[in-house]
Amino acid sequence: MNLHTLKLKIDGIDVECTEGSTILTAAKAIGINIPTLCYLDGLTPYGGCRLCIVEVSGTSKLFPACATPVASGMEVTTQSPKLYEYRKMVLETLLAERTHICAVCVANDHCELQALANQHGIDHVSYERNWSTNKIDSTHDSLVIDPNRCILCTRCIRVCDELEGVHTLDLKFRGKNADVIMDQDEPWVKACSCTSCRKCAKVCPVGAIYVEGENIETTKIPDVAAFIVERRKRLK
Amino acid sequence: MRLNLTDVEKLPSGETSLKDDKRRGMLEKVLKDHDYQESALLEILHGAQEIYGFLDKELLTEIAGVLNIPHSQVYGVATFYSFFKLRKPGEHVVTACLGTACYVKGVEPIIAAIEKEFNLKRGGSTEDGKLSILQTRCIGACAMAPILSVDDVVIGKATKEVVIAHIKKVLGETNSETV
Repeated sequence: MNLHTLKLKIDGIDVECTEGSTILTAAKAIGINIPTLCYLDGLTPYGGCRLCIVEVSGTSKLFPACATPVASGMEVTTQSPKLYEYRKMVLETLLAERTHICAVCVANDHCELQALANQHGIDHVSYERNWSTNKIDSTHDSLVIDPNRCILCTRCIRVCDELEGVHTLDLKFRGKNADVIMDQDEPWVKACSCTSCRKCAKVCPVGAIYVEGENIETTKIPDVAAFIVERRKRLK
Repeated sequence: MRLNLTDVEKLPSGETSLKDDKRRGMLEKVLKDHDYQESALLEILHGAQEIYGFLDKELLTEIAGVLNIPHSQVYGVATFYSFFKLRKPGEHVVTACLGTACYVKGVEPIIAAIEKEFNLKRGGSTEDGKLSILQTRCIGACAMAPILSVDDVVIGKATKEVVIAHIKKVLGETNSETV
């Protein structure tokens, strides 16, 4: 391998990593945990949720750690009161955007959004909530999607495209009208390209996609993405 | 291999958008001009809309198949840009500007009044296909806000009374022509 090694500082700790790696992976290598939501090991970084924002010295701009490549001499701060407030705001806006009620959610206690909200001491949402009333699609034999719980992290879309390879799922429209669709916005049962592989349910960080009648603990295995990537290396 | 999408929505009249051989040939030319490249999807959608007037699911399915792009991705792109119309626009089209100036100057109540008066929803058409209302971003005449256009006529400093009267006149004209 002909990759340069770069030196940078994360939270005051000297790190050496290869060119092209991201701040997030560099931090992980030295045991620093940056909160993430849309990022998933094994999938292409999306940089959508903005939870992994970090400060880089020399600029007031905040960078998403999952999608920012490391640079030589970078000084990164991953935890600060400012970042904590920003992350809290991100989480609160996510909660306010759709109908997130943990008590009636299938993923209660196994939800990454809920866990992060707890970590950031969110006990209420200070923004006006936008109670979404999107239709639940339970036409599929086993898979159910409830768009009201969706945070549009696109993990399902990426796993469907990159690992399953069929790209049944995608996003339609944009902004507050955006939603996950199957094929050309068909009911799931009519989405012919779907292989019912359930990877979307496995990687969904919230209770938006789940398997009907299956224990949520059994369904949610987000690590499956990294696992598949690792296993596929054997094929080459 | 292409997936056979059996449940492609047909037009209300039952006809398919891809039947017309002349337009079909033009679409084929657009595709060929872009060398059937996946990266030319936007240009091809532009071309297809120019030929057919709008992009229905059958047309999008065809384009997705030819370019070998997932159907959901093509649909996602077509819905992302408000320029693309997924339903057949009405005979007459009202376009309301929802740019900042027009919004602040109150274009919203005007749209709501039109929706109520002619019984249609923004982005959609009336049942008889005579009128549809679309939203657009700034058309670059903010001093005249709020702005709506009815077909090619731009109405500046619009009020709901003036716009509705104008639409009625336009609709009336076609009615008298057909009678």
